[in-house]
Amino acid sequence: MLRFTQSTFILLTFFLPLFFLSGCGYNSLQVKEESVFKAWADVEATLQRRGDLIPNLVETVKGYAKHEAETLEAVINARSKATSVQLSTEDLSNPEAMSQFQAAQGGLSSALGRLMLVVERYPDLKANQNFLDLQTQLEGTENRINVARQRYNEVVELFNASIRKFPASLTNSLILHLDRKEYYKADEAAKQVPKVTF
Amino acid sequence: MSNISPLFKKFFIPGIVPFFLLLFFVHYTAGSDVPLLKQRVNDFANILSPATETQLETILTTLEKEESTQIAVLTINSLDGENIEGFSLRVVENWQLGQQNLDNGALLLIAKNDRKMRIEVGYGLEGVLTDLTAGRIIRNVITPNFKNGNFDQGVIDGVSAMIAAVRGEYAGQGAKQGGNTKHDEITGYLIFTLFFLFNIGKIFGRNKVLGGTVGSVALPVLTSLFTGFSLPLFLGLIPAGFLVGYLASMLLGKTSSGPIKRIRRSNRSNSDIFRGGFGGGGFGGGGFGGGGGGFGGGGSSGGW
Repeated sequence: MLRFTQSTFILLTFFLPLFFLSGCGYNSLQVKEESVFKAWADVEATLQRRGDLIPNLVETVKGYAKHEAETLEAVINARSKATSVQLSTEDLSNPEAMSQFQAAQGGLSSALGRLMLVVERYPDLKANQNFLDLQTQLEGTENRINVARQRYNEVVELFNASIRKFPASLTNSLILHLDRKEYYKADEAAKQVPKVTF
Repeated sequence: MSNISPLFKKFFIPGIVPFFLLLFFVHYTAGSDVPLLKQRVNDFANILSPATETQLETILTTLEKEESTQIAVLTINSLDGENIEGFSLRVVENWQLGQQNLDNGALLLIAKNDRKMRIEVGYGLEGVLTDLTAGRIIRNVITPNFKNGNFDQGVIDGVSAMIAAVRGEYAGQGAKQGGNTKHDEITGYLIFTLFFLFNIGKIFGRNKVLGGTVGSVALPVLTSLFTGFSLPLFLGLIPAGFLVGYLASMLLGKTSSGPIKRIRRSNRSNSDIFRGGFGGGGFGGGGFGGGGGGFGGGGSSGGW
């Protein structure tokens, strides 16, 4: 009988702490935070992709729409501003840094929106194969940004909920100290409909 | 001994069976909004002739047999106000076209009344079927045909152009690609757990109740360590662990060298049984199912 109790005791001392560590969310919180970081990397990759398209687009439009220097200038400025604001993974928990980043990217979105409106006035440009290709790529990239952003927000929701739910909330406040992550909100600038003036 | 059997009947069967039924239903009822994937060509808008459908099915089946790339066609009457990119993404997330790990799936979606279409491209095909290529296929191949009301020709030409773009990317991959890494993980877990459980007999001798008790603690705990904690799984595995521990101490509760060989052998045969049970994708019975491919919004949209 003594042997049994000893074995049981050894078994419990070995496995119970392990079990409690996994059962209380220690592991799953780490996994969820990592998936937030991964989703954010995807968002950044798609934004980068959009930034890379812009020089080509500007060049093509320039050839046809010489009078739109101001709009083109705005796009170039917005792009350089957007690429200058970079976030580290810690900044995902920082509302200020995050809103700064979103404002910069939103500025680029609305500048591009204005450019695409202006382009409507140039039938030659709209028939240009090169421009059509760029437009297709830009649309595709915008869609990817949307998808990546939506998925990022989904994992953030999951993560934020899990650090507030018991018992993971206890683990987090005692051991892990992970901060809640900010959502990637819809662009403030893009919400305003660009004005059309003829 | 005599009071174990009713206890087992009382808890094991009522506990385990509903649990697996629940898992089954949760798995199969998710996402009812998206039309069910039945075949490669799903013409809900009735814009294709039967001959075209058969032709497309054949072409697309051949493509998948040779290269494992899955392309599907979906036509619907109306988007009901939703934008085509959002709907398309929901469809492919639900259908999971393309093979797991390769993500080589693509969808041609046509919304008849909205006069819109979209080619949605999986991660693995984004390199060859780029947004640009997809956009050109829509603009230069499909749209002219659709404008003339020639849907059959438009879809055939469009799908052919998509195939021409993706052909060769996954040449020689064959039709079936299983998620091997998953299997390895499951096998590893099973071997570890079974080894542990069958050694209960060695450690605790022939005391079946104690063996069962240890089993009922060890199996849920070990499973939680591997798969993460979930209460229903944990509770469900307690009777299962009890049964295994009970059997282990009953069958293997000797300290001679004989049981060791039997442990080894039973380990292997058991893991093989489970491996077979976990295999088998959505391809059985001649039907068509997605292989678990992922999508990230690649592709292009257009209208006519």
